[in-house]
Amino acid sequence: MSDPDDSAGEAGYDEWIAALEDGEGYYLACPNGHGSLPPRRRCPHCSSGELTEQALPETGTIATFTETQVPIPSFADDAPYVVAIVDFGDIRLTGQLGEIDPAAVEIGQLVAPEIVERETTGEPLVAFRPV
Amino acid sequence: MVRIVGVGLTPFGTTPERTGRDMFAEASDAAFADAGVPRTDAEALYYGNFMGALAEHQGHQGPLMAEAAGIQAPATRFETACASSGAAVRHAVQTLRNGEADLLLVGGAERMTNLGTDGATEALAIAADDLWEVRAGVTFPGAYALMANAYFDTYGGSREDLAHVAVKNHENALENEHAQYQQRIDVDTVLEAPTVSAPLGLYDSCPISDGASAIVLASDEYVAENDVDAPVSITGTGQGGDNLALHDREFLARSPAAEDAATEAYDDAGVGPDDVELAEVHDCFTIAEVLALESLGFYEPGEAIGAARRGETTATGDRPINLSGGLKAKGHPVGATGTAQIAELTQLLRGDHVNSDAVPDATVGLAHNAGGTVASAFVHVVEVAE
Repeated sequence: MSDPDDSAGEAGYDEWIAALEDGEGYYLACPNGHGSLPPRRRCPHCSSGELTEQALPETGTIATFTETQVPIPSFADDAPYVVAIVDFGDIRLTGQLGEIDPAAVEIGQLVAPEIVERETTGEPLVAFRPV
Repeated sequence: MVRIVGVGLTPFGTTPERTGRDMFAEASDAAFADAGVPRTDAEALYYGNFMGALAEHQGHQGPLMAEAAGIQAPATRFETACASSGAAVRHAVQTLRNGEADLLLVGGAERMTNLGTDGATEALAIAADDLWEVRAGVTFPGAYALMANAYFDTYGGSREDLAHVAVKNHENALENEHAQYQQRIDVDTVLEAPTVSAPLGLYDSCPISDGASAIVLASDEYVAENDVDAPVSITGTGQGGDNLALHDREFLARSPAAEDAATEAYDDAGVGPDDVELAEVHDCFTIAEVLALESLGFYEPGEAIGAARRGETTATGDRPINLSGGLKAKGHPVGATGTAQIAELTQLLRGDHVNSDAVPDATVGLAHNAGGTVASAFVHVVEVAE
């Protein structure tokens, strides 16, 4: 079984990662105030086709989290790690929490998004750090 | 009505060397033997499978499984992650009701343990959003752990409450010869087990399983013309959907797709949650059973967390849940689970299941089958009705 050609990239996602890395994170907003992530042509909540890029807020709050001990193989060297869903108002993001003792993580905690490197594969990883 | 004329299961467990086709052949043989109708009457196979392309390098499984079952009829594979054969059941019900067929074979199979724990963990993860969840390190247990912590934060509850779900389902599986774990555990076993993704430990999680299941469904006309004994029917079907990624959902501690599926199935059958006397629900993790019970209207949000601890859902409780042992103890060969739930309910209601004595007078059962973090949900009402 051969894997997909990684050099093909993931149009829409790759640009989003690069933007957040440059401190210019964004999300897609529809006129009804729903946020979503690219690549997308329709709002996943109300079907609106009028999606515009909005600046991602600089901080969000942890909505929920888990410390994962048993990873998928492509995260073998990263484990254990903390995954969190972070609320930025109209949009939520899933990423990993770094620079914090897992035992000290709390729902409601304020964090900032960033891109770090996945230890196992060197790929970019959506992450959050406490502020 | 859609009549259940026969059901069959392989033992669920660890048989890495067995091909999917061999397992489905066994399950379908058992279902036709139970049905007492000629397999050549089957007009189609509706078949559920999730990871066959990864686990067996086998796509296009429909025709392969029709051959395995010995039926000379067209076949389609359904894929909605862990709810794949629940989807197959729903479409079979619709086809029979439309009068487009009179006898259908429905089932599912999954071969998983040949992948090993790493491989199966990776394969299960593809049910999540690859770009926005899997690339962040979300595993299948991790996703339910995110829901569990959100639940605790919203409604309260503890790991000990969840442990009682696992203890109950293991207890129910003790005498079920199809179950992967016929082994009693206690709350401490669950609490002291290694963590998979906090707060969920090894015993909060269903096992990685191989297995197959099959049911034979027929129209009233077929049953009458062929004088078939089929005391149990599917009287309601419902399906719900949601955003694929958990973070795109309004509520992280609820499963509205299952609420929608349940509402539709209840309306279809003309029953309500209070009429349901037993249910097989999709307890891939202990927290999943809690979410299911609330989605199905058996409990208000925040109230089901203590149901197993209070004994309300045990075999001797008011409404026994997962008398088969559930996914937790019976096992979860994912593509086989939806039809396996219907098979177990059918036997429980007919009185020929090892746990039928727990529900001697029951006439209304329900099956709840969920895919991923419940972005797909199927609910079926199963009744003693001819």
